[in-house]
Amino acid sequence: MGISPVLWHFLVKWLHSSALFPAEASTIAPYTDALYFFLIGMTIVGTLLVGVLVVFFSIRYRKEKNPVATQVEGSTLLEATWTIIPLAIFLVTFVWGALLYFRIFNPPANAMNIYVVGKQWMWKAEHPGGQHEINALHIPAGKPVQLTMISQDVFHSFSIPDFRVKREVIPGRYSTVWFQATTPGTYHIFCTQYCGTLHAGMIGEVTVLEPKDYEKWLQESTSGMSLAQNGERLFASMGCNACHTGNAAARGPNLAGVYGTKLTLANGSQVLVNEAYLRDAILNPSEHITAGYAPIMPTYQGQISEDGLIDLVEYIKNMQSNDRVHQTLMTSEGDQAAPKTPVAGTTQER
Amino acid sequence: MSATTIVSLPDQATARLPKTNYLNNKHGLLSWLLTADHKRIGILYLLSITFFFFIGGAFAGLIRLELLTPQPDLVASDTYNKFFTMHGIVMIFLFLVPSVPAALGNFLVPIMIGAKDLAFPKINLLSWYLYMTAGLFTLATLVLGGVDTGWTFTTPLSTHYLNTHVMTTAIGIFIAGFSSIFTGLNFIVTIHRMRAPGMTWFRMPLFIWSNYAASLLMVLGTPVLAIAIVLVALERTLNIGVFDPAKGGDPLLFQHLFWFYSHPAVYIMILPGMGVISEVMSTFSRKRVFGYTAVAFSSVAIALFGFFVWAHHMFIMGVSNYSALVFSLLTMLVAVPSAIKIFNWAFTMQKGSITFETPMLYAFGFIGLFTIGGLTGVFLGSLGMDVHLTETYFVVAHFHFVMVGGMLMAFLAGVHFWWPKITGRMYPESLSKLAAVVTFVGFNLTFLPQFVLGYLGMPRRYAAYPAEFQVLNVMSTAGATVLGVGYMLPLIYLGWSLKYGAIAGNNPWQATGLEWQIQSPPLTENFLETPIVTQEAYDYEWLEEKMKHEVTHVG
Ligand code: HEM
Ligand SMILES: [Cu+2]
Repeated sequence: MGISPVLWHFLVKWLHSSALFPAEASTIAPYTDALYFFLIGMTIVGTLLVGVLVVFFSIRYRKEKNPVATQVEGSTLLEATWTIIPLAIFLVTFVWGALLYFRIFNPPANAMNIYVVGKQWMWKAEHPGGQHEINALHIPAGKPVQLTMISQDVFHSFSIPDFRVKREVIPGRYSTVWFQATTPGTYHIFCTQYCGTLHAGMIGEVTVLEPKDYEKWLQESTSGMSLAQNGERLFASMGCNACHTGNAAARGPNLAGVYGTKLTLANGSQVLVNEAYLRDAILNPSEHITAGYAPIMPTYQGQISEDGLIDLVEYIKNMQSNDRVHQTLMTSEGDQAAPKTPVAGTTQER
Repeated sequence: MSATTIVSLPDQATARLPKTNYLNNKHGLLSWLLTADHKRIGILYLLSITFFFFIGGAFAGLIRLELLTPQPDLVASDTYNKFFTMHGIVMIFLFLVPSVPAALGNFLVPIMIGAKDLAFPKINLLSWYLYMTAGLFTLATLVLGGVDTGWTFTTPLSTHYLNTHVMTTAIGIFIAGFSSIFTGLNFIVTIHRMRAPGMTWFRMPLFIWSNYAASLLMVLGTPVLAIAIVLVALERTLNIGVFDPAKGGDPLLFQHLFWFYSHPAVYIMILPGMGVISEVMSTFSRKRVFGYTAVAFSSVAIALFGFFVWAHHMFIMGVSNYSALVFSLLTMLVAVPSAIKIFNWAFTMQKGSITFETPMLYAFGFIGLFTIGGLTGVFLGSLGMDVHLTETYFVVAHFHFVMVGGMLMAFLAGVHFWWPKITGRMYPESLSKLAAVVTFVGFNLTFLPQFVLGYLGMPRRYAAYPAEFQVLNVMSTAGATVLGVGYMLPLIYLGWSLKYGAIAGNNPWQATGLEWQIQSPPLTENFLETPIVTQEAYDYEWLEEKMKHEVTHVG
């Protein structure tokens, strides 16, 4: 930056208090702002340069002053100059922007995960402990948080300007964004991708809490069931446990510990089992046949809501052994299936 | 009229318009509606484009009025959504894309290369009818109750979640696409085949080069838009599932198809405007355009490379990090030819003999606003910065600077520049200068605050917004009012000048183009005998020789 840290500090302070500038509330924000200042500098210098040239020539070569024009062909030297200098500046911008992009979109390994479902017209956040919130998101300060997001209907886009992050929320696939909030407070969440009538109403608030306050909030907002527990119920009630028993004779592959491994498919290809893979395998099983199994799994397309899928994924992610599968198998066979998680469309919030 | 400006303006009392010209050689509405004369078709376009511009402008006014307060109190959200959709669709497809090529280009391209007409006069007329049909569909959408897709038609919103008149609009845009393909084809063939003897590629005016480049884009890019629209229609009606993840389709596919057209489309919009600026800067500096060859080639370079940057609209949509890198780099590279052009225009003034007529003022406006618009585009091309800025008012400000500040300024520069040729009459000088200044000031007042709003995070396409954004929004709306006045003025005084304007004479600006060497308004045939071109474009020494000759001849 070449500008003294003290000066920088004052500049940023002053800009924040001037209401021309959003709060810097995440670890990314100062990096984004530094690039922003560079780009503003470039714009001002560039515009002034062009402006000064035009004004100078206008005065110096106006007709009264210079009645007869001197014809010039052009000048390779000059043209090379104004090709190379902008090119150099733009390349610097490119590299700087690319580094920032990688910083923004590569989450640290220890980030905690929260799920977000976008739907017309609300944000629904689901904490692993089962806490649900609508158009609100509570997070601890000073901890990296990753959001795994999906849309249940149209494109939405999840944006927190004060954190300088934004990511499109897409129907049919998980996208992620992460951030580490620095300062407790509340900040806007906007939906920035036009999503229909109440697009402008799809606003939420992220509340950054001190870690201990966050723990307290988690305790107070618990619904008693974690996502994985909800997933377990669903696993039984949809009959998944009938095949995925984990026994040697099972008709479906063993799911315990499968998350994070490399799986060989019937067509010979290898896939990494992550959230996206698990979701896809539930919805389009015929395209993801595990080697050694018959393509008999039915599709669950249209039968499970995105919330339900998140529960299932979270359950499978956390499945370390098959003991509980066997337990639930007994219950569901005993005609006492756990109550079904309501399906998409029916109001089920909180 | 100041004495320094118009040299060959004939005395109003004695001057008369030429007895026969393209305007008066045939009479009646039918002679216009069935004309194959490229000049009359140009006029038809000019009138219809102006009409649609003011419709689009009315919606801009409504948008800004609604945003005066944080609550959606003027209209409800769904109405607001219809407003910005109409504003966008009308401005893009019915104004920006056809403005300079179809109105000015139609009139000028054949004349400037010494031809009697375009290669396919009837197809040219057909393309106007297609344009009008597209316009009718758009107006029909309005009357039927509107559409709220946004001009970008994002699926699955447009295909499965909206019950408004998506199909009517889609058909309209599809048809408008064919109109622009036909115009493009016509220009390409005309420029290749119909240049007068001696009019080599490097003697062509830069206006021709830039329209040529834009035509390439129209012909190559528009079919992709047509495909995207057809797929949207099929998805809506037959539910085929190409964009539907539940059926194995991919909603991002639509984004790729749409931006594959719509990114080059911004160059379709801006390139012809750049051509106008080259003509104007040269004429009023009385100098050859600095680095003519570089400017000519950079138009074609922009056109070709413009096809490889579409995914910079999708940096946060889940394109892979590495393709994001490539698209960002390519975006930076296409920015360079634009930067080159700005400096070439500025240096065209160096050692010139400069006068400041209205077209020149608009050209200055163009240079200033396009510079800011272009440089703020670099913000958006820069990956990490784009994450924060995309989908906010920063984008709205950026593209208005480029397309409205740039393109509209260029269009107005062109209309004023060629007005004497088209109508044979001058417009009132001081009023037109005032309009140029008011437009420039109003423009900056309207759109500069939006950059700040964008960095603060105000999302675009919001009918309501958090209260802390209000001050900047009020400023923007106030600016829009001034800008609106700036746009109304030319409508009034240009209309007035049709009847009362001073007779212009053939070459009021003493410009070099072939169009200035024939009578104003031109004959239907343009040239009585095919001109033989012996000089470069912008050869002012040749012009002075010629004028000396004519004066002695007459005397
Ligand atoms: C007084 C002049 C104008 C004003 C005040 C104005 C204002 C606006 C505003 C506020 C928006 C953003 C709507 C939103 O995203 O919520 C917008 C969008 C847009 N404007 Fe303008 N505008 C003006 C002139 C123009 C002109 C002359 C053009 C083209 C020649 C144009 C093209 C567009 C386009 C393409 C959009 C995008 C629409 C969309 O988001 O679907 N505007 N305008
Ligand atoms: Cu949304």
